[in-house]
Amino acid sequence: MRDVYVVGVGMIKFGRYPEMDIGELGGQAVHLALKDAGLSIKDVQMVASGNLYQTNMSGQRVLKEIGMTGVPVYNVANACASGSTAFREAYFAVASGAYDIALAVGTEQMGKMGLLGAPRDPSTSPEGVLGTGLMPGVFGMAGMEHMRKYGTTIEQFAKVSVKNHKHAIYNPLSQYQVELSLEDVLNSRMVSYPNTLYMCCPTGDGAAAAIVVSPEKARQLAGGGTLIKVAASALTTDPFTPRDLALADVNTMTRNCARQAYEQAGLGPQDINSVELHDCFATAELLHYENLELCGEGEAGRLIDSGATALGGRVPVNTSGGLLSKGHPIGATGVANICEIVWQLRGQAGQRQVPNHKAGLAHTIGLGSACAIHILTK
Amino acid sequence: MQRPIVPFIKLPEGGGTPYLVGSRCKACGQVYVGTRRSCPRCYETGQMQEIRLSDRGELYLWTIVHQSAPGINVPYVAGIVDLPEGVSLRANVEGIEPKPENLRFGMPLELFFEVVRQDREGNEIVAYKFRPAAA
Ligand SMILES: [Zn+2]
Repeated sequence: MRDVYVVGVGMIKFGRYPEMDIGELGGQAVHLALKDAGLSIKDVQMVASGNLYQTNMSGQRVLKEIGMTGVPVYNVANACASGSTAFREAYFAVASGAYDIALAVGTEQMGKMGLLGAPRDPSTSPEGVLGTGLMPGVFGMAGMEHMRKYGTTIEQFAKVSVKNHKHAIYNPLSQYQVELSLEDVLNSRMVSYPNTLYMCCPTGDGAAAAIVVSPEKARQLAGGGTLIKVAASALTTDPFTPRDLALADVNTMTRNCARQAYEQAGLGPQDINSVELHDCFATAELLHYENLELCGEGEAGRLIDSGATALGGRVPVNTSGGLLSKGHPIGATGVANICEIVWQLRGQAGQRQVPNHKAGLAHTIGLGSACAIHILTK
Repeated sequence: MQRPIVPFIKLPEGGGTPYLVGSRCKACGQVYVGTRRSCPRCYETGQMQEIRLSDRGELYLWTIVHQSAPGINVPYVAGIVDLPEGVSLRANVEGIEPKPENLRFGMPLELFFEVVRQDREGNEIVAYKFRPAAA
């Protein structure tokens, strides 16, 4: 396996684009990434496409929009980790030596889907009769487990949403750029205790793309500029844990994945300058502080209180605004996380720039289950 | 006719008391909800023994669902209930007002069965639920 470098990234502002299909959404993101890399679609030798709800030939639909080059396309569906799984496929395509230039694209057209996974016909579904399997309830209970074990408070969870919305003010590509107070978050309508409306990520449409290349191509394209290396790529699923079949275990696969990623990169959590993690709900972010070893067991509440994970803190988390504010068009999310880390490493993150940024971590999880972590370094 | 909402509710012929079916892996002892062929914990196959699950448990976690799909009555308490066999279930917790102050981690619960709806053929659909255990 050889080293792999990211030479181009791009994403469109997440939001609502009912008039555009995923080919158009993805095509725009790919054009941005190609321009960023100084490449043309003719140079791309392999495409990996992450998408969940329109998954039939999602990558080919992008190529039909911007260039029918005849190259191999892999379509990946891995729940909310679809985009990062696609990025990993592109990474392997280059790391293996099979291709020198590969494209990862993530797309999603969600419209106003509302609650993910809600039954079309509740009269034939156990949802609402045998508890809940919908995401707000699952992540609500995952937060309750942290409350039960460590006494974490609703205010501490709500602070995550305040922080990430504040970060998003500085990100023009974020779906929402609205500052929220702690009272705004706590007083918004309850969705599934303890997650209020502003503690749940929105649905939306979007696309993001990244181009990965061999070391030789990277040096040619960089022309003396910053080289960004994929220092780790890890993917895990749930190992057996006792309650996982009743309540999805949102922790263990991230812990396993983080351990593998830190080992591959030869880095520890203390070496990471910023993190893009899967804050689909405010409760999730605090759990992942511990899962990613940003703090010790049971310390996540104190970590958010301390301001360490806000811009200007020791390890800013979700400088992009995170899923809570930037948005979560499912297939695009994992690639968009990579975009943010690349911009941070290059010093292109504008007012949300983390100084002296040398290593960043991008994390996504999909329940059911998949967890992907990439560590990028310069 | 009565029909179970999920296959692991056993409705005995002739109207006996319903119960929940589980399986125990004879190789590692892990208990699962429902019947199955193989054990995802120890990877053995052909070692599953069908058992009857307990009708008492403890509330491990809860949430109050305020927003759900159209047609689902909210708010309601959804929980994860641990049974003494070492297996957990998703369930509604009824018999109390859905308010945080009424819920407590580890509170003892008892199982009951209820007809929750009729299907298109007119069958009564039976679900399991939990409520605070009588002292
Ligand atoms: Zn076993």
